[in-house]
Amino acid sequence: MANLQSLDILRSSASTETPSRIREQPEVAKLIDVSRCIGCKACQAACMEWNDLRPEMEDFTGVYDNPSDLNPSTWTLMRFTEWENEAGNLEWLIRKDGCMHCSDPGCLKACPSPGAIVQYSNGIVDFVSENCIGCGYCVKGCPFNIPRISTADSKAYKCTLCSDRVAVGQAPACAKACPTGAIQFGSKSDMQELAHERIIDLNERGFKQAGLYDPEGVGGTHVMYVLHHADKPQIYANLPDKPHISRLVQLWKGMFKPIALAGLAFTAVAGFFHYVVAGPNEVQPEDEEHGRKALDGKDRA
Amino acid sequence: MTNTWQDIKNANVIVVMGGNAAEAHPCGFKWAIEAKVHNKAKLVVVDPRFTRTASVADLYAPIRPGTDIAFLLGVIRYLLENDAIQHEYVRAFTNASLIVKESYGFTDGLFSGWSTDKQDYDRASWAYDVGEDGFAKSDPTFQHPNCVMNLLKAHVARYTPEMVSRICGTPKDAFLQVCALFASTSAPDKALTSMYALGWTQHSVGSQNVRAMAMVQLLLGNIGVAGGGMNALRGHSNIQGLTDIGLLSNLMPGYLTLGRDFDTSFEEYMKTRLFKPQRAGQTSYWQNYKKFFVSFQKSVYGAAATAENDWAYDYLPKLDVPGYDILRAFDMMHNGKINGYICQGFNPLQSFPNKKKIRAALGKLKFLVVMDPLETETAKFFENHGDKNPSDPSKISTEVFMLPTSCFAEEDGSLTNSSRWIQWHWKAAEPPGEAKPDIAIMSGIYSRMKAMYAKDGGAFPDPILNLTWNYTNPDSPGPDEIAKEINGRALQEVKDASGAVTLRAGQLLDGFAQLRDDGSTACGCWIYSGMWTERGNIMARRDATDPREQGLAPNWAFAWPANRRIMYNRASADANGKPWNPKKPLIAWNGSKWDGIDVPDFAPTSNPSAGVSPFIMNQDGLGRLFTLAALREGPFPEHYEPMESPVLNSLHPKVSANPMTRVFPGDRADFGTVDKFPFVATTYRLTEHFHYWTKHAKINAILQPEEFIEIGEVLAKEKGIANGDWVRLSSQRGFVIVKACVTKRLKPMTVDGKQTHTIGFPIHWGFTGSAKKGFGANTLTPFVGDANTETPEFKAFLVNVEKTNPPVA
Repeated sequence: MANLQSLDILRSSASTETPSRIREQPEVAKLIDVSRCIGCKACQAACMEWNDLRPEMEDFTGVYDNPSDLNPSTWTLMRFTEWENEAGNLEWLIRKDGCMHCSDPGCLKACPSPGAIVQYSNGIVDFVSENCIGCGYCVKGCPFNIPRISTADSKAYKCTLCSDRVAVGQAPACAKACPTGAIQFGSKSDMQELAHERIIDLNERGFKQAGLYDPEGVGGTHVMYVLHHADKPQIYANLPDKPHISRLVQLWKGMFKPIALAGLAFTAVAGFFHYVVAGPNEVQPEDEEHGRKALDGKDRA
Repeated sequence: MTNTWQDIKNANVIVVMGGNAAEAHPCGFKWAIEAKVHNKAKLVVVDPRFTRTASVADLYAPIRPGTDIAFLLGVIRYLLENDAIQHEYVRAFTNASLIVKESYGFTDGLFSGWSTDKQDYDRASWAYDVGEDGFAKSDPTFQHPNCVMNLLKAHVARYTPEMVSRICGTPKDAFLQVCALFASTSAPDKALTSMYALGWTQHSVGSQNVRAMAMVQLLLGNIGVAGGGMNALRGHSNIQGLTDIGLLSNLMPGYLTLGRDFDTSFEEYMKTRLFKPQRAGQTSYWQNYKKFFVSFQKSVYGAAATAENDWAYDYLPKLDVPGYDILRAFDMMHNGKINGYICQGFNPLQSFPNKKKIRAALGKLKFLVVMDPLETETAKFFENHGDKNPSDPSKISTEVFMLPTSCFAEEDGSLTNSSRWIQWHWKAAEPPGEAKPDIAIMSGIYSRMKAMYAKDGGAFPDPILNLTWNYTNPDSPGPDEIAKEINGRALQEVKDASGAVTLRAGQLLDGFAQLRDDGSTACGCWIYSGMWTERGNIMARRDATDPREQGLAPNWAFAWPANRRIMYNRASADANGKPWNPKKPLIAWNGSKWDGIDVPDFAPTSNPSAGVSPFIMNQDGLGRLFTLAALREGPFPEHYEPMESPVLNSLHPKVSANPMTRVFPGDRADFGTVDKFPFVATTYRLTEHFHYWTKHAKINAILQPEEFIEIGEVLAKEKGIANGDWVRLSSQRGFVIVKACVTKRLKPMTVDGKQTHTIGFPIHWGFTGSAKKGFGANTLTPFVGDANTETPEFKAFLVNVEKTNPPVA
């Protein structure tokens, strides 16, 4: 979203340089305790308020998930699942979906635009809009299906973990708004400890498979879940069982990238010749109209 | 609430029944989660639907709408059968041992005293057997056949687990699991808290639903203790304040009652308000009624209220009926007997039953004044919105005035929360446009009316002309001025028996204990006395210090009465004054006085050996398992079917519904029957919205955009309805066309041997605001009220459902 001077950058997309750091910052984490979440959507409202997002009002689609999916203006979303457990009893599983802020972020790895995706030294993964080229590689790179590309400005959007708030010592807006303490924020080690206490309580209440979701496949995450059924995360609206960065992205980082860059260079040369031969592409009135429509009312959706 | 929101964290078991706290009170519900996380509490949810509260519960039991009394009397039977009551508490603090008149009885669904002709009870037999000393007789050994304990045992004997399951549709094992969890709190140091709301009150037996649970809590010894109590979760930020300040047609501030037409003089009025103790040595605090009443009259009429004119008693209106509740008012409007209506902060076209009747009633008015921060449906009732509001403006001659008001954030003032905390708040922004505070609008109306009465006289101008109106700006009194007036002050120097001056003239009162019945004190609402004293605005205190972190925060704002945080806290200690739960004591007898972290609900120096009982507002001082003649349909709760029910009453089919239900003759034709409307429906709120208000706010509209109903998978399959399909839901009163949410959270139940389906209908949509237009659930609900409070029966009625085409735009 923004390039914050107050947070140190740990790594940056499409760059091999490691920026210098002047501060030691502890790794932060948001702990979402699904077992004490009541699905009130205060987190969604707070996210919209703080980040000034107003997604389009949709139709009712038969479920409580509103809007129906993440979108460029919906960075967090309660996903409701009605699940019948082994004993035949209903459980209504409510999971707050959004960016997991992976330690090994697939989006950042996949991003070809220098500095469009950064990871701060506290673990937060952030999109820097002015560097984003809207290619959508981050979407492919994300094992959690989080980033969304705006049709209005062709930029990628997702949860920033309120990096602007965290930079000045505040918790993310969602954590502040949560009425039941289901969203906690602090250092990753404190959050792991808190999760441990919660898991003991859940074990005592008969949830023998309760556990912490902090998947190794992406190096751990800076958004973690306490799940009653940690052995089957997929029942929580398809939370990936063993998330990992796509092989395509790994390949991209390896041999495909130079080839692709050569392709880009060719396109640039071809474009130059087009300019010389056919002249520049002019903005037509219908293009203007299209742009106005995209920005008007529909926000970034 | 008897207790505080924060105190819920002290509970060992929490039951949410007759409410849906996680959805309707998400912020307060944090304390239930606190209890789970830090006190290892178990959360039980009993509800027709698997709600968001149920999603975090340890135990969920389904129940058919409108059968809570059968469930709870079944619980009482279980507790008595299994000897799971707190014996010492029940013996010392409840009326279990008191003896009831021989003439009391109950047969075939009717209590003694029923008159078929009058369709009413003579309640004389619902009384104690009184001895020669003038006090109620008792038998602490519980041997006497007519002692309350034995009458209760006999009354609940019919509610076996099988009968409960047959009536409620609750599986027997789930019911018994709930009973066992309740029973675990009969230990003296364990507490169960009851969190309830309109899921209990919006029934034709609403008051008795609450009573049934209160009886459970008395038997378990859970009233007056930390983590216990009966906790009514109020649905608006200041609805507790509304009731306290007496905004019901039969009430005056502080739960004083308006006289009836047969109370022809002050003396006559007071005769039924003497509150003589029913047992020796009891407090019966309402004996102070006259002090509260006279002080109220002095605050309203000042110098015009004198001993000679009976404190201007004749200025007060007298009721010719028990009350002019909203159902009655709209029925009268509908019959052309009310012609003008000032509608202040209320949206009856959305919130009162049988929308068609409400709309027709508004259309018969000569004028309608709507005071509201928003453009409500009521203010635009004459607009045609197709099926959603089929008005024909050309046929409506009601003149409508919309007076925009400021909202809570645009004015100073106080809000009274569910915990009875009166909290001061400060203006955050100026009201937009021409909006004015309600106080200024009402003052403007008053000053113009007063001028007209002064000029033209009229039949009885005195109550208007003599009204006290001593404000800096008479057209816009300050909230602080009004608050001080409600708190009360001495009108002249007050001296005690020794002649020492206790109050100088004009001094603000410290509390209601200083009130007098000789006209020397004025107080607008006796229970609020103490909220703005000579020490300043007590409501504005923001000191969160909390002794032992027990959830009382005694220096935060002001709690009525007398800054007491837990009501009946005397009952937190045993007969000798020793706390039942030594880990979480509230008050204890220290040998010379009552001491502790809360303000004693009791004379502070009353030695336990004097035997003064804790429920000081009752004439017997006891928690009442048998409630005498206080409620209209009986001294014990009894299961009656809702007015519209899929089955006849299994216990007494001839008296199926509550015989005292509030029904107007004209509405009987609007009741549906099970052959045409085979499904039970219930209405409720969702977390994403606040009534009909937040649909005007964009973010809330995004979070829950469109009207829908909830329908179980089994019924949906039978009807060929897929998730998200359009359906037509109808009752005898009308129909709506909405989308269906097909869910596993509503399962069919077996009731009286038959499969019974419940359909859920959230209430939030109308034809104004940002969200998509909707019909409103009150299109379908019946014009029926609770027998005591006249609260409409929104929670149980009959409907039919069919798949249909999308509505034409």
